[in-house]
Amino acid sequence: MTDRKNVDTDQNSGDNTVSGSRGWAKLKRNRAALAGGILLLIYLLCALGAPVLFRGDPSAPDLMNSLSPPSGAYFLGTDELGRSILGRILYGARVSLLIAVGVVGVGLVIGVPVGLVSGYYGGKTDFIIQRFTDMMLAFPGFLLALALVAILGVGLKNTVISIGISMIPLYIRLVRGCVLTVKEEVYVEAARACGTRDLNIIRHHILPNVLAPIIIQTSLGMGTAILFAAGLGFLGIGVQPPTPEWGSMLGSARAYMMGKPHVATFPGIAIFLAVLSFNLLGDGLRDAFDPRSRI
Amino acid sequence: MNRSEPPLLSVRNMITSFHTHDGIVNAVNGIDFDIFPGETLGLVGESGCGKSVTAMSVLRLLNPSSATTLGEVIFKGENLLDMTPEKMRLIRGSEISMIFQEPMTSLNPILTVGEQIAESLRLHEKLDQEKAWEKAVQMLKLVQIPSPEIRAGQYPHKLSGGMRQRAMIAMALCCSPCLVFADEPTTALDVTIQAQIIRLLDHLKKGSNMSVVLITHDLGVIARMAARVVVMYAGKVVEEAPVVPLFHDPRHPYTRGLLNSIPVLKNDGQTRLTEIPGIVPNLLHMPEGCSFHPRCSRVMDICTKKSPPMVHFMENRRAACWLVSDE
Repeated sequence: MTDRKNVDTDQNSGDNTVSGSRGWAKLKRNRAALAGGILLLIYLLCALGAPVLFRGDPSAPDLMNSLSPPSGAYFLGTDELGRSILGRILYGARVSLLIAVGVVGVGLVIGVPVGLVSGYYGGKTDFIIQRFTDMMLAFPGFLLALALVAILGVGLKNTVISIGISMIPLYIRLVRGCVLTVKEEVYVEAARACGTRDLNIIRHHILPNVLAPIIIQTSLGMGTAILFAAGLGFLGIGVQPPTPEWGSMLGSARAYMMGKPHVATFPGIAIFLAVLSFNLLGDGLRDAFDPRSRI
Repeated sequence: MNRSEPPLLSVRNMITSFHTHDGIVNAVNGIDFDIFPGETLGLVGESGCGKSVTAMSVLRLLNPSSATTLGEVIFKGENLLDMTPEKMRLIRGSEISMIFQEPMTSLNPILTVGEQIAESLRLHEKLDQEKAWEKAVQMLKLVQIPSPEIRAGQYPHKLSGGMRQRAMIAMALCCSPCLVFADEPTTALDVTIQAQIIRLLDHLKKGSNMSVVLITHDLGVIARMAARVVVMYAGKVVEEAPVVPLFHDPRHPYTRGLLNSIPVLKNDGQTRLTEIPGIVPNLLHMPEGCSFHPRCSRVMDICTKKSPPMVHFMENRRAACWLVSDE
């Protein structure tokens, strides 16, 4: 009897780990995601190792060498104030990483709990939250961030807050949608039939089961955050100089675009690669782990 | 079972209605029944007749924004339908619990089996983490899961369907409830496992004074376990009787139809199984008169006009049919 049962069990050892390990295998096979992962690793190394990789002050002007092309002394050349573009890109990576983490943090901390409550309780609570979300989603994300900056003012902190707020509705929608499916699962009903508190049901039974899409959205959201921050910086209403920020570097290089293209090109490439890395990885994660994309 | 005691649970004229886009649907339409301490009551009927909704309504597990339950559900002298949500929550799991139909989906895939049982113990019996875990392992042992210490630490996907249903039973029984609703506990399992689960439930019941409401459409399971049977059709009770008289002398044509549709092994293998013609009526468009009349083989004029009253007869039987009223 016991033996039979064990045989039975082995055959059944099923769905979840298999799909988990299948997900990893799928992710490893996905070359684009792998490339994204490597790019991300390089980006993180640059951001975290900036003081080691570039000795000196990235904001120290050297007017004698302004706008010099790439050379031995200045690997990627210098900008209009003679500051090393390499140094500013490396330190800019730290700023953009900070922004990405901060923005996604704001989105997660507010969007996930609100989405959980909205989806789990439904009814009037859900209706009110969703209409509010609709209102926020009616603005294109960047426009909303722009409007918020206009209200809050410029600077690193306000950049993070305004882009973060513009991302909140995305998280609310995503989480709510996932909760709507998960809360209908029999195990949630079974937990309720055992008298489990709503808060515990949300924490133990629902949140862990909606984590995969949240992680995917987080990866994609970081890419968007960098892009938005660069956009605000480019317009001169994001992070303010002399803090090295890719968008504002691009903005000030605009004037020399024709004569000294390297000044704009390198920060542009940095933005491109950083955003690409998050998007490739995020897409790869989605293909591998999002049940909706699994056929 | 002890009939001299007052009933543990009395359901009186319970109506559960769902608000749908097409109108209000009474999935349970004024049912009454009692459960006595230590008794196993069978709740039988076709799919969609309101068996599960009855259990969910008693436990108040239906979403209040889409369903309302009226009537009285008296449990230990208190009306469950009037209780505060918080008080009701404390009754769930500790006094009344439920075993679900789908063992494959009724356990959370990302929590270990032990954690899921321990959660309930920590909540109701206020045990600390370690004690709750020990008791969870004990419960797994009680439901005859081999090597319970190892199984408790495993995730549900490592367990077979039968074992998951055992774990589910352990979860439902861990706080020693006095009433358990078993909603088709064997339907999703294969036949050999079904027999094991029924034996287990029977065994567990004998060791306590627990009452069980066994919801099923499997009359074999009813014959094996239940002492008394309530037959439901289209949200109403159509017949109630102790199990032996019901099988030997069914009075309602629907009960007869159900019993006739049990396959019997015959030598020729040519005899077609007798089925009840037609399907359960759409609850939005209930037929006039007796709701069973369009499918009834012994339909009379009056059946199409007036709904039959519930008639009590013999000592402990009742049925809602004009045929019974005429006798």
